[in-house]
Amino acid sequence: MLETRRDLVVIGGGPAGLAAAVEARRSGCRDVLLIERDRILGGILNQCIHDGFGLHRFGETLTGPEYAQRYIDEFEALNLEAMTGTIVLSMDHRRNLYVSSRSGFARIEAGAVVLAMGCRERTAGAIGIPGTRPAGVYTAGAAQNLINLQNVMVGSRVVVLGSGDIGLIMARRMTLEGARVEGVFELLPYPSGLPRNIQQCLEDYGIPLHLSTTVTRIHGRDRVSGVSVAEVDESRTPVPGTERRVPCDTLLLSVGLIPENELSAGAGVRMAPRTSGALVDEHGLTSTPGVFSCGNVLHVHDLVDHVSEEASRAGACAVRYLDGEVGPAAASVSVEPGRGVGYVLPQRVGGREDFTLSLRVAEPSRDRAVWVRDGDRKVARKKLVRLHPAEMVQMKVKAERIRDAKRLEVVVE
Amino acid sequence: MSETRNRYDVLIVGAGVVGNAVARELSRYRLDVGVLEKELDVGMGTSARNSGVLHSGIHYRPGSLRAQLNVQGNEMMQDLCRDLKVKIRYIGKLTVAQDEADLETLRRLKEQGEANGVPGLEILDAAEMQKKQPGVGGIAALWSPTTGIICPYGLTIALAENAAANGVNFLLGREVTGISRNHGGFRVRTAGGERFEAAILVNAAGLFSDRICRMVGVDDYRIYPCRGEYLILDKRLEGSLSVLVYPAPRKGGAGLGIHLTNTVDGNILIGPSNEYVEGPEETDCTPEILARLKREGHELLPGISAADFIRSFSGLRAKQVPPEVGGFKDFVVERRDDVPGFINLVGIESPGLTSSPAIAVMVRELVSELTPLREKAGFVPERPGLAGFFFERSPEEKADLVAQDPDYGEIVCRCEQITRREVLDAIQNPLGVRTLAAVKYRSRAMMGRCQGGFCLPRIVQILEREFGYRPEDVLLFSPDSWMFRGRVREGSAAHA
Repeated sequence: MLETRRDLVVIGGGPAGLAAAVEARRSGCRDVLLIERDRILGGILNQCIHDGFGLHRFGETLTGPEYAQRYIDEFEALNLEAMTGTIVLSMDHRRNLYVSSRSGFARIEAGAVVLAMGCRERTAGAIGIPGTRPAGVYTAGAAQNLINLQNVMVGSRVVVLGSGDIGLIMARRMTLEGARVEGVFELLPYPSGLPRNIQQCLEDYGIPLHLSTTVTRIHGRDRVSGVSVAEVDESRTPVPGTERRVPCDTLLLSVGLIPENELSAGAGVRMAPRTSGALVDEHGLTSTPGVFSCGNVLHVHDLVDHVSEEASRAGACAVRYLDGEVGPAAASVSVEPGRGVGYVLPQRVGGREDFTLSLRVAEPSRDRAVWVRDGDRKVARKKLVRLHPAEMVQMKVKAERIRDAKRLEVVVE
Repeated sequence: MSETRNRYDVLIVGAGVVGNAVARELSRYRLDVGVLEKELDVGMGTSARNSGVLHSGIHYRPGSLRAQLNVQGNEMMQDLCRDLKVKIRYIGKLTVAQDEADLETLRRLKEQGEANGVPGLEILDAAEMQKKQPGVGGIAALWSPTTGIICPYGLTIALAENAAANGVNFLLGREVTGISRNHGGFRVRTAGGERFEAAILVNAAGLFSDRICRMVGVDDYRIYPCRGEYLILDKRLEGSLSVLVYPAPRKGGAGLGIHLTNTVDGNILIGPSNEYVEGPEETDCTPEILARLKREGHELLPGISAADFIRSFSGLRAKQVPPEVGGFKDFVVERRDDVPGFINLVGIESPGLTSSPAIAVMVRELVSELTPLREKAGFVPERPGLAGFFFERSPEEKADLVAQDPDYGEIVCRCEQITRREVLDAIQNPLGVRTLAAVKYRSRAMMGRCQGGFCLPRIVQILEREFGYRPEDVLLFSPDSWMFRGRVREGSAAHA
């Protein structure tokens, strides 16, 4: 078995991994290895052939493959090394990685690791839709891959459950390819996807969005023949008498994304229940020494631009770790979500450097401010006209404002 | 697969675990054996839809067929699984008493088990019980060391593949619609209009066994399907449970109660429920039971989260007793004098999986009463190939495998770490079954936490490129379970 030692290993060649590797090289690391399980770099962006990527980062709107290519070009210009078609099968807390590819099985000992494995979709099994188990039930992302990359059409009469962004994008995509989309059904009283996607993917195509409505049963023995849908009350329980049957041959699910942290768990990385990602400090450092986390494996983002930014930071910090400048914070300040906040991270900070918070509000509202508090003292504030759980909020906090703080609380007021 | 013949010495109806065990047993002899199955693959009914528990035999009345076949089958299973390379683990079971009345039940079960010939039964006090499985609450437990877990569809498929390698013809996708008797035998019609003939007919049709009975004029039996729903938990929780833990049976309780069962592949099952349904194909999952299983799951395993539920399924027990009667009836394994040549297996519900090898031996005895059995010289009891999966091997073994065959180095299913080699082998299975479910049950690809979200597109790509499938040819499990309408764009290639 081949055994090697590398300074920095980045796991994942999607937007997070690419940005982390590029920034690590720019920060002076000579020995960076990126490992990607697919045969090409770019990750999930490769199947996102719609546009709307890159407005923040590049000031223009790009397709997914175009956005990825900007980073791949930079990656190659910097002479960075990628092992593609290679999967990391396991990792321990001392950063020993077992990797497998067609060219062999190997052990790599890494000085530092950046986790950038992305996320996966919640499935029909996970949400436990009653009824039969026929062909024709796909997660929206799987359908996107099948249609955009494999050139196969998954069905012709479609119901979409869940109004996550991929579901909205796929409702439009299926319509453009000649399928009839009967509607998008969302359990919550508000959509889960970005407002611009509601407009551009549903309203512009006359696809109805049914809020506070869910699929209560799948019908059909062999292939989906229809679904039952029903309105739900405040406790998300179907309201008797509102059930109706919608004929369809395909059910697409866009009911949430789950950071893919199975490798992280093997390395002893402590998890945050609210994000299903690692607990990190302002450098993206996890509870396992030398292991950093960024992108959708850390928390699910709505914009790739934010993924790149967060990953660049983690890549640079991993190099500082290798140089002995960044380590497990001795005196930690905890950062906790308070009223109106769904989650916030980093969950702890050293307090000696300025840092950026990423957070999601718990429910939609207007004209509020997000406050960071140290007890009764307000240390940072961001005013927002429109607040929505679908839109991640970022705000900067200055180190000088949190001296001697033990616990910061983030609230919507 | 060998060519389709129409005349057989023995025709078996039903390719579940019992039919396949019978087929494999008969393949030791110089007989032409065929198995008629309505589905496109073996084991698509109850055999794939159960807890996968190898029972010890404490629950059945001494002298009953269930008791006798269970204990015999349990003993036979170890060697059988070694030969067929099927995963099995004798992990043992605690039947737990909460009070004195329960303890009395345990003493009675121990006595009954011993009368049935179950080895190693012991009543453990609370401390000894805790040593077997920390955290179990109760005053005492009955320990049965021969209780185990087994891959139920793995066994069903392996029996069929080994039977086929020894000359049995698997006639899949053939639903029996009529049986007539001619001089000295049976003529069987299928839904597709084919006709098959055989001197001996074995009814191993499980949930449909009463229908087969009626086709030959036997009206004594009726099957009442009784559904059990399950939830499958993420492998993350593997190790939460080292032995099986059941509550002591109480009066009025049907089945063995909802409990946790670990599987040989590292998942934990919650279930099964117990509801009678109308039809033999009603394998739906219901909102009431799903909610109840989730609730009970959280109670039984306080560490689980919503993301740990990865799939639900249900299976049907082929009960001979209607709900208003309840309780158990004994297995029917009989050679009918009123229908010469008809060997009838009815009501093989739990412990049918455990009993299957012993039922096969009993059927062989019944066949030998009808026709002389002569052993075949070239019978091969073992199934070729590697035992277990790539992901279960040591790093050194993995390195060797990848060095020998690069297809082992390429992981197709990331959740279960299933290799391209294992997927290719599953697609080229010896029974020639070409469905996605066949790939799933044989390779474990698509069985993990993403449920095929990531690997389905890659498997479709392999089917297209390596095996010439058109998108519209890809089936999930049945002729009408199409996966795709066709290409999005004709004339353009798929992504490289």
